[in-house]
Amino acid sequence: MTTQVKTDGRPLQTALYDRHIASKARMVEFGGWSMPIQYRGIVAEHQAVRSSVGMFDLSHMGRLHVRGSRADALVQWLTTNDVNRLAAGRAQYSLLCDAQGRILDDVVVYNLGDEILLVVNASNRKKLLAWMAAQQGIQEASDATIVDATANTVMIGVQGPEALHILQPLVEGPLAELRYYAIMAAKIAGVDALVARTGYTGEDGFEVIAASTDGPGLWDVLHQTRHGVTPTACGLGARDTLRLEAGMALYGHEIDEQTNPYEAGLGRVVKLDKGKFVSHEALWEVAERGAERRLVGFELVEQGVPRQDYSIIANGQPVGRVTSGNVSPTLGRPIGMGYVPVALGEVGQEIAVQIRGRDVPARVVALPFYEHRTQRVRRGPPEPGG
Amino acid sequence: MDPTDRRYTKEHEWVKIEQELALIGITDFAQDQLGDVVYVELPNVGDRVEMMKPFGVIESVKTASDLYAPVSGEVIEVNRSLVDEPQVVNDAPYERGWLIKVKPDDAAQVEELMTAEQYAENVGES
Repeated sequence: MTTQVKTDGRPLQTALYDRHIASKARMVEFGGWSMPIQYRGIVAEHQAVRSSVGMFDLSHMGRLHVRGSRADALVQWLTTNDVNRLAAGRAQYSLLCDAQGRILDDVVVYNLGDEILLVVNASNRKKLLAWMAAQQGIQEASDATIVDATANTVMIGVQGPEALHILQPLVEGPLAELRYYAIMAAKIAGVDALVARTGYTGEDGFEVIAASTDGPGLWDVLHQTRHGVTPTACGLGARDTLRLEAGMALYGHEIDEQTNPYEAGLGRVVKLDKGKFVSHEALWEVAERGAERRLVGFELVEQGVPRQDYSIIANGQPVGRVTSGNVSPTLGRPIGMGYVPVALGEVGQEIAVQIRGRDVPARVVALPFYEHRTQRVRRGPPEPGG
Repeated sequence: MDPTDRRYTKEHEWVKIEQELALIGITDFAQDQLGDVVYVELPNVGDRVEMMKPFGVIESVKTASDLYAPVSGEVIEVNRSLVDEPQVVNDAPYERGWLIKVKPDDAAQVEELMTAEQYAENVGES
């Protein structure tokens, strides 16, 4: 028994919470926040993003600003990708791994010119702040400060083939010239904002960051009909099925502290040649050892719904586990991702997924399950999602 | 209000007795809570189902949920159209979205279940 008043158990609310309630969204707790899982329906929202445009409240995601003359050195020390290759105005997908090589989070690193912005997963924000504070004794961090702007800002995703058409009339200057994985400061409908051409849906689109106080008004403006198109408000349910089709990792599913970047197919964002960084030695050893298992995409050959933690079976034996799965709204087939031994990871490999005691036949397929064609042309070398 | 020509379980199934056979499905409240239905796992014709025991699984994008039999008996028909069009459960839960047809051991069993009015109270009229 305790007499202490509990105030920390209540989920946090984003600045757009009232908008979600007014829209009769179904709210769930996610990463410590009360968030919409759906408005009118996951499949309808998913299809809106694939065929038109959807908008997402992403304000629960952690927005951590790294400031000071040595900000880039601190980020270089903390992350696995090479910040020296990140020009001002560009973004980079990266990982935060600790000295043991464990993946603490995946992150999008934005070079804002005079500071660096890290967008991290909601569920990892507090863990990362504590970890980063512990790293600040090192020389690389001598004058860098980390400012958590999560509560003071909103982040709104505008995603889908019509995203550019919807957003352009609200922004001064040619938005089309903002490249994939680039970011700029802009006024959107008169509001000071950062606009990035990033996303987590496998579609073209933008992510907009603005002050919390401007958030509800900005949400309303973005939600208006322009050129005959009304963006569909989308919840976490559609966000999950969209990123699954795009083959993008989700922390807590494909990656966590028990996985390493190489087996997760993220070795390309670990730059062991960039110089010393916190996870350098540990990841060097992992790279030397080579991966024993790998993350693959699969499709069920029969009907069913693969879900996280279901066993993957080969030759009658459990060989791995499903990390994410669903019936793909775009393909109309059951798809999933999961870990299998490297020898069973080739495209075409026959496996099975155990669903309620039954081995349902499946086959390893190439990732991603879905790729927006015009985006591929524009983006050049594929960047993973974040 | 849900249809008054049938009875309801606490697990959100309905059962309608028609010419001594029990037609079984899930309620509008249940399909709304589940969201987009993507897969329905049903028993085979000839299988037995037992009152308030699981007889199958219904899966939406969000979640998987057990289906409970409102009556005991033998399955004499399953709704095959749900194999290709599981979303019919969302579109018409009381009609084309029915799940199985059962020959009940004792059709009077359904009298133990809730009326539409009682069911509405049970789900808080939401």
